[in-house]
Amino acid sequence: MKTSSAKPSPKTVQKTINYVKRYWTLYLLLLLPVTYFIIFKYIPMTYIQIAFKKYSIVQSPWEMPWADNYGFEYFIKAFSNRDFLLALRNTIMLNFLDLLVGFPAPIILAILLNELPYKRFKRFTQTVAYMPHFLSWIIISGLAKQLFTPTSGLVNIVLDRLGFEPIPFLNDPVHWVWTYVFLGVWQSVGWNTIIYLAAITGINPELYEAAEIDGAGRFRKIWHVTLPGLRPTIITLLILSLGRILGSEFDRPYALSNNLVTEVSNVISTYVYAYGIKGLQFSLTTAVGIFQSVVCVIFLFAANALAKKFGERGIW
Amino acid sequence: MVKSKKTKIGDLIVAFFCFLLILACLLPMINVLSRSLSSTDALIRNEVLLLPKGLNFDSYKMVVDDPKYTWSLVWTAIITVIGTCLSMIMTTICAYPLTYDNLKGKRFINALIIFTMYFNAGTIPLYLLLKDLHLLNRPAVLVIPYCLSVFNMIIMRSFFYGIPESLRESAEIDGAGPIRILISIYLPLSTPVIATLSLFYAVGRWNGFSDALMFMNNKREYWPIQLLLYNILNNVTSIEVSTQEGFTKPGLADSIKAATVMFATVPILLVYPWLQKYFIVGVTLGSIKE
Repeated sequence: MKTSSAKPSPKTVQKTINYVKRYWTLYLLLLLPVTYFIIFKYIPMTYIQIAFKKYSIVQSPWEMPWADNYGFEYFIKAFSNRDFLLALRNTIMLNFLDLLVGFPAPIILAILLNELPYKRFKRFTQTVAYMPHFLSWIIISGLAKQLFTPTSGLVNIVLDRLGFEPIPFLNDPVHWVWTYVFLGVWQSVGWNTIIYLAAITGINPELYEAAEIDGAGRFRKIWHVTLPGLRPTIITLLILSLGRILGSEFDRPYALSNNLVTEVSNVISTYVYAYGIKGLQFSLTTAVGIFQSVVCVIFLFAANALAKKFGERGIW
Repeated sequence: MVKSKKTKIGDLIVAFFCFLLILACLLPMINVLSRSLSSTDALIRNEVLLLPKGLNFDSYKMVVDDPKYTWSLVWTAIITVIGTCLSMIMTTICAYPLTYDNLKGKRFINALIIFTMYFNAGTIPLYLLLKDLHLLNRPAVLVIPYCLSVFNMIIMRSFFYGIPESLRESAEIDGAGPIRILISIYLPLSTPVIATLSLFYAVGRWNGFSDALMFMNNKREYWPIQLLLYNILNNVTSIEVSTQEGFTKPGLADSIKAATVMFATVPILLVYPWLQKYFIVGVTLGSIKE
């Protein structure tokens, strides 16, 4: 790099002028997006300091006094708050169950769809299966209430007619957790097959032919050709899912929740909303937010490192 | 190719599972549709399963007659159109310059953008920023704060990378500048990615709930449809019914709620199937690593 004091040769100057003449419009285009990222992504990061300070509505974050315990007062407060610990437990529990049930589901469905020989029926199945992805959680909660209400919901009417007891799908903590997980699978399983189906298309068809010549049946072909072909995709998506184990959706638990199940439905994002935006405890909830963000980054890096250790490619 | 009897049975079993999946996806929608079309008496007697009983359109009429609800639908359509246009412009002008490999400072800008994908300050700092910017409870808060998605930008950039460099080079030789090349070469070739990302942004705005709940809660006239719907479904707000019978009759409330759900759902269901071949391309591009 040349310093400004060194005299640039006329050739370099001419080159720079040409470069600027040619590409200045590109910088002009980038101006707006970069401004957006600075204002809405980077300036909020300067507000992070209020997690370590005593929030005051009249001062800017830079002027607020430091919180007690070397600034960690609000982290200590969060971890001695029963509601936060419950939200933390619920976040991990719900995300773990999502991973356990929701992660394999699209892989199985993609393999099923790939085995389906009827082209038009396959296309129709896909179109229908993508539909729930386009519904908001508010709409899904509306559908769920109409299906699962103890006396008047469709499922319980059918159960009642068949002589079974009604099931309190959304009104009892244990049932709520499984309904939550099931609805998550319902909403995302079709959409998540897209990536796997694309990966299956990329598998060399000669491998299937070779397996067939060796006398492999349907299951052996799935096991020895399709699944190994999906392996890199599975690993990548697994790393990303593990990175989200402490991440929390807001709409889904918030929309499905009700007063009877708050002990399992309150997660970190709903906690931040209730204590921060509604309860105005900004320092406390910012501290919770940082904790969540930092843990997410750590998990993502750890999962990636682990994948690499086992000889996989990782996500970067 | 001759297939053995065994594989055919296997095919039928696979088809059967797919059929179950179709049922699982469609039955909830059919159930809600029937409820919205059924008479209140049939609903109270729990007679409505998959076909409407006592077919009538009363609840739809009541929902349409409620100015609060119809305005919310119109308002959501307005911010969806404006928001999608803004987002597409922002995404394009962010992705396009970053496809120039010899652009100075590209690595830095790239890092600046990608970093925000892995680490964000959280809800409260954004809330306090919007408060300081006096954007809370203003219409713009539903459009601006989330107008550019890094993920979508990467999808668009991947697509641009797939357009042959030789096209750009020959246009440069003809004296065309970057913006001209974008408009006359890149955009006309990018229908799939433009359709996909427009769909993603539009669905995101139409379905958007949490930003309205947190940033727009005090201004009912600017409530988008999902926030209004949430409050209707949870009995916080209700559809204004001219006669007093309204919500004292449980069956009617049920049927009206079903109708409000249908109104909020149908616009999306009408659009997405037509864009299927495009968004499959888009999602697949998103999984390509940089």
